[in-house]
Amino acid sequence: MDIVISGLTKRYGEKTVLENFNAVIPEKKMTFIMGPSGCGKTTLINILMGLIEKDGGTITGVPSLKSTVFQEDRLCEGFNAISNVRLVCENKVKNQDIISHLERIGLENNILKPVIELSGGMRRRVAVVRAVLAKSDIIFMDEPFKGLDEKTKEKTMQYVVDNTKGKTVVIVTHDIDEANTLGGKIIYMNHFKSVS
Amino acid sequence: MMNSTILNRNRIEKLASAAFALLVWQVSAMLIGESLLIVTPIAVVKRLFSLFTEADFFPSIGYSFLRIVIGFLTGLIVGSLMAAVAGKFHLAEIMFQPFIITIKSVPVASFIILCLIWLSMGTLSSFISFLMVLPIIYSNILQGIKSTDKKLLEMAEVFRVGLFRRILFIYLPQLKPYLISACSVAMGLAWKSGIAAEVIGVSNGSIGEKLYEAKIYYTTADLFAWTFIIVVLSIGFEKLFLYLIKKFYAGLERL
Repeated sequence: MDIVISGLTKRYGEKTVLENFNAVIPEKKMTFIMGPSGCGKTTLINILMGLIEKDGGTITGVPSLKSTVFQEDRLCEGFNAISNVRLVCENKVKNQDIISHLERIGLENNILKPVIELSGGMRRRVAVVRAVLAKSDIIFMDEPFKGLDEKTKEKTMQYVVDNTKGKTVVIVTHDIDEANTLGGKIIYMNHFKSVS
Repeated sequence: MMNSTILNRNRIEKLASAAFALLVWQVSAMLIGESLLIVTPIAVVKRLFSLFTEADFFPSIGYSFLRIVIGFLTGLIVGSLMAAVAGKFHLAEIMFQPFIITIKSVPVASFIILCLIWLSMGTLSSFISFLMVLPIIYSNILQGIKSTDKKLLEMAEVFRVGLFRRILFIYLPQLKPYLISACSVAMGLAWKSGIAAEVIGVSNGSIGEKLYEAKIYYTTADLFAWTFIIVVLSIGFEKLFLYLIKKFYAGLERL
């Protein structure tokens, strides 16, 4: 089922972040949410994830099994990459599977280090693997390729494409090239309005 | 190289300060010249060696150690559980508040005398240690729970992480500094209050009874020797327990 957003409104005190926002996010496809800073992209996906309350409008069709790459990595600092991914996985996911996923995006030499010792780009990739391996029907990704160099970004993007087939993926990005490379619907947010 | 030089210098400074304190003590005792008021360190050491050979030396230590440690551990467990409940339900925090404030503010001697009426002599020091440990553990752990990174909890919510994993991966690591500082303070207090309870209650076969006898018979060397033993036990247990906590956390982070 597609996610249908109608007349969505969100205010923080006096400040209106979203007003009468409408969009459709197709099921089992990739959708990119783009727009200038402060236009409400992160607010929108936080509402879709159920982390913040909307002030008005309706949203239908959001699957209950959600997964995400937050704007910040939100990793458990003292634990290694495997433990961080294991935290959100079902018991049937084996450590070997987690290691193999981490290796696919170039973390093979840093798997056992506490994530606090990893670089920003490495931590970002751990957060991506975590989101991909968690059981979910929809994955929200808030600037998932932020801080990655071109080569690593390419590898990580390919990893996301390969491992999210059959799932609804919503990616917030500033980079049109990411959207063009990965392919999918683009929702452009321009202060309260959406252009698909 | 630099670090080891600093370490050696610290050790030398500590040894020097201990030697200076012993010297001041020895000179003061010699100047006063009255062993009833203050004994020399040498006399205390002699008394310590003679205590080792007495039949009830180790049983007395075992008696007090066991009870105070049981009191401490019970306080740690109950205080942590109460903090967990209070962290989850604000109403529980409000309900616990009068008890915690009462325990914190009522003098320990009042509790001891009250408990002499309520409890058997065998459980007195355990209960008093428990009472003194409880509010410290409760307050620190609760503060730790409240300071837990909200963003990590939000992450756990989105990923539907179960309670056991949340405790293991989110709460326990974030509680580490609070737990270590609470245990460090609470352990010292458990020993002080537990021994005080034994002295006031004159618990048979305890270290407290030995201190009480030292007071009755004016054997100042005994008082100093037993006090030294209490300090060694207290510091030794604290070091061991904190070592175990750190080991536990090292194991946790390797999960």
